[in-house]
Amino acid sequence: MTGTEATVIDAGVGNIGNLVRALRRLGAAVEVTCDPATIRASRCLVLPGVGAFRPPREVLRGAPEEAIRAALDDGATLLGICIGYQLLFESSEEFGTTDGLALLPGGVTELPGGVPLPHIGWNRVFAVRDHPLLAGSTDDDHYYFVHSFAPRDVPEEWVLGRCRHGRSFPAITGRGRIAGTQFHPEKSGAAGLRLLRNYLAWADDLAAGANGGASGVDGGNSATAAGN
Amino acid sequence: MAALQGRRRLGEYVLRATIEPTGLTRRIIPCLDVAAGRVVKGVQFKNLTDHGDPTEAAARYAAEGADEIVFLDITAAPERRDTDLDWVRRTAEQVFIPLSVGGGVRSVNDGRKLLLAGADKLGINTAAVAEPELLTRLAERFGSQCVVLSVDAKRREVSGAQGPSWEVVTHGGRTPTGLDALEWIEAGIERGAGEILLTSIDSDGMQSGYDLELLRRASALSPVPVIASGGAGALEHLAEALDTGAAAVLAASIFHQSTYSIGAVKEYLGRRYPIRVG
Repeated sequence: MTGTEATVIDAGVGNIGNLVRALRRLGAAVEVTCDPATIRASRCLVLPGVGAFRPPREVLRGAPEEAIRAALDDGATLLGICIGYQLLFESSEEFGTTDGLALLPGGVTELPGGVPLPHIGWNRVFAVRDHPLLAGSTDDDHYYFVHSFAPRDVPEEWVLGRCRHGRSFPAITGRGRIAGTQFHPEKSGAAGLRLLRNYLAWADDLAAGANGGASGVDGGNSATAAGN
Repeated sequence: MAALQGRRRLGEYVLRATIEPTGLTRRIIPCLDVAAGRVVKGVQFKNLTDHGDPTEAAARYAAEGADEIVFLDITAAPERRDTDLDWVRRTAEQVFIPLSVGGGVRSVNDGRKLLLAGADKLGINTAAVAEPELLTRLAERFGSQCVVLSVDAKRREVSGAQGPSWEVVTHGGRTPTGLDALEWIEAGIERGAGEILLTSIDSDGMQSGYDLELLRRASALSPVPVIASGGAGALEHLAEALDTGAAAVLAASIFHQSTYSIGAVKEYLGRRYPIRVG
């Protein structure tokens, strides 16, 4: 099993215990922190979040955000989950417009009515692109969602998986070393654990490549293919 | 090659998206009644028999494809004990699907302890009847998605002019409250409940079908998901419950006694409803 050292960024809101339990279950050594120096030194970052967009955004503003950018520039990988995924985009319209980390193109808006909101439960995600995160995935994969807002206007070339609830939205997005999921992989059974395992393996491969070791990176999705 | 496959997948996706506004599935939920850290089952909450270790049972059901696990600590309310957190913790370390834990949550602090132990949702029953404001406090602190109002409903013997009615009972079915079940559901949602777990006490453990009239009425008035509970004995019962508009079906006996596997239930219901497979 992987011995990846994963850093879970704790923006101080929400219960992230189950994510940490899942990563540990997969063999990762997990540190939970918001300390900029620790984030800066990490090669495998996970940004979780539950609840609302703005509180964690404000916690990250300043030094933690700068540390995330510096770590990415240095070759770290980043996986955003749920609100942590939404934080990766340019802005969110939840309770007025708030700027995001702008690590991925697109904005976050509320899902339309006509379907139950929040969107809570298992929904099907269609993988529309190949990516290391999706290794082993099938068109029948379902994941567990808890949210009312979702990204939109994401350039199709970065959308890895789509889901529909009121509108079609990018459920998985990836660009370079940055990726994110609107759903909770840590609550999505075997499919979710597989995605997290893929993430840890991808981070390991990229770290090995960055250190001059054997490059296990899929060419089309190489982290060097796109910067911020 | 990969790009071609990607385009084909996207084409199928776009086609489906024009037909169905959501791919959200109906949920199949095994319920584990827990007493003193063991899975138990009785008939109408009496004559309990032992059905093993909660963590092992939950892991088995999750592997079979359960969409969620509901734990009800049925000893917690009558005996005034705190929910034993150890088995919740053990389960959360091994089972990575949503876990709902009810029984013994009487305060925000009780809820916080359960969530930290690994629960994703809190089932509130007796304590909400005693103190409806608790629902609001839990929803404000943890979000409505965490707050499941668990309602045990007993059919009143005399039907009113509008047909049958149901009374809320608490303490595992032992205490009548005088509350009308449908009115209580509406009030609970208003106060912050994000989901309703609706158990027919008359049907519970009887394996003769859910109380469909109760489910129909509740689903019609509830903007939040209603989980049908009490009475599952055959595959048709589960389909009938989903026909009422219920978002999920909960069952215990048919799974504990291996009458049907989760997989068999899903295959059957999957012919009529969107169901998570794989």
